[in-house]
Amino acid sequence: MQQTPKLEVQEIACERGDHRLFSGLSFTLSAGELMQVQGANGSGKTTLLRTLCGFVQPVQGKVLWCGQDIQEWDDAYHTEMCYLGHLNAIKDELSALENLQMSAGLAGYTVTEQQALAALRRMGLQRREHLPVRVLSQGQRRRVALARLLIEGARLWILDEPLAALDVGAVGLMQELIGEHLSKGGMTIFTTHQPLQVAGVQMRQLALS
Amino acid sequence: MNKLSLFGLLGLVVRRDLLLAMRRRADVLTTLIFFVMVVSLFPLGVGPEPEMLRKMSSGVLWVAALLASMLSLPRMFSADYLDGTLEQMMLAPQSLTMLVLGKIAAHWMLSGLPLVLIAPVLGLQFDMSPQALWMLVLVLLLGTPVLSMIGAIGAALTLGLRGGGVLVSLLVLPLCIPVLIFGTGAVEAVNSGMSVVSNLSFLGAFLLFALVFSPFVAAQALRISME
Repeated sequence: MQQTPKLEVQEIACERGDHRLFSGLSFTLSAGELMQVQGANGSGKTTLLRTLCGFVQPVQGKVLWCGQDIQEWDDAYHTEMCYLGHLNAIKDELSALENLQMSAGLAGYTVTEQQALAALRRMGLQRREHLPVRVLSQGQRRRVALARLLIEGARLWILDEPLAALDVGAVGLMQELIGEHLSKGGMTIFTTHQPLQVAGVQMRQLALS
Repeated sequence: MNKLSLFGLLGLVVRRDLLLAMRRRADVLTTLIFFVMVVSLFPLGVGPEPEMLRKMSSGVLWVAALLASMLSLPRMFSADYLDGTLEQMMLAPQSLTMLVLGKIAAHWMLSGLPLVLIAPVLGLQFDMSPQALWMLVLVLLLGTPVLSMIGAIGAALTLGLRGGGVLVSLLVLPLCIPVLIFGTGAVEAVNSGMSVVSNLSFLGAFLLFALVFSPFVAAQALRISME
C-alpha cells in the first residue's frame, strides 16, 4: 500500500434516525488539499466527519483511504488521522501539559515534556502549561485541544468547528498551522462558520444541503 | 515520537484514572463510606446477639460490597464520554479492549480494593473468627474484580442513556449472584469447618473467565453506544 495518501469518498449516504441527511456524495482529497464542508445547521456536517473517522457507518457507499476501505484498515488508518470534534477531550482536573501528554499516550505515542511544552507555547499558552484546565477560558481550552494536532504528526486532519471560541490571533495561528500542514503533504477537511483563508492554497468547498 | 507498547498503554490508562481520582477524591470516598454505613447499620438494627450476627456476617458484607460497587459503576465511562475523551480512545491506533482493561483495573483499585481492606475491620462488629476474617478478605479479593468487570459491560451498554445509573444496577446485579453465592459460601464453610476448595475454585474460575471476556465485550458495547 505504498501509493500517495488519498481519501476517497464514493457515493456515500448517511442517515440520522430515519432522516436521510445526504446521499450520493463523492469526493477525493489528496495530499496538500484543503476542503471546507459547508451547510446549514443539521445538514450533516458533523455526521460526515464522523463517518470519515469510522464512528458512523454510511448507509450506502464507501470511504477509502489509499484505495482501501477504512473499515478494513483498522488501526493503521487511525495513526494517519487526527480528529478534533466539538468536544475538546480534555480533563478539567489535569493541567494543560498533563492533558497533552495523556492524549498523546492514549493515541499511542510517548512525548517528552519538551515536545509537549513546545506545542503548548506554539498555541500561545505560555505560563498556562501547569495550570489546571478548569481555570482556563473556553478559547484556551480549545487551544489545548488543538495542540494535539502539533504532536501527533497525523497526515489527515479532520476538524469539526476548529475555530469555535478562538480569538482573532488564534484563528490566524490556525491558518498558519493548516498552511504548514498542507505544505508538508498533509490534508485537512474541516467545517466552520467563520471565514478562514490559508495563504497560497486553493480551498475546495463541499456544500451539503 | 516513540510508539507505546500494549502494557505501556495499560499502565498509562491506570495511572491516568488514578490521578484523576486523586484530584477528585469525593467520588472514591462515597463508595467506601456507603459500604461502612450499610454494614454498620445491621448490628444496630438486628440487635447485639453474637450468634445471629456471626451467622449473617458474610452475607451482609457481601451484599453491601455488591451495592457499594454499583454506586461507582455509572461513572466508569461517563466522564470520558461527556468530555469527548472516549471518542479519542476509539480512534486510538491501539486495542480498545486493552484500554477498557486498564479502566477496569483502575476502577477496581478505587472502588473494590478499599472495600477489601476495610472489610476485616467491619467484620469485627459481627464477632467473626480470625479464620473467617481471612477467608472474607481472600474471597473479596477474588470476587470484587469480577464485579468491576461485569459492571464494565453494564456501564458501557447504558452509556448516555437517561437514568442509566439505575439501569446499570438492574442489569448487573443479577449477573453478580453467582459471585455472591460462592463468596458467602466460602466464609460459611470456614465457620462450619468444611472445605473451601470448591468455593474458591469457582470464584477463581469466574475471575479468569471475566478477565478474558469482559474487556472485549465491554469494548464492543462501547462501540455500539458511540454510534
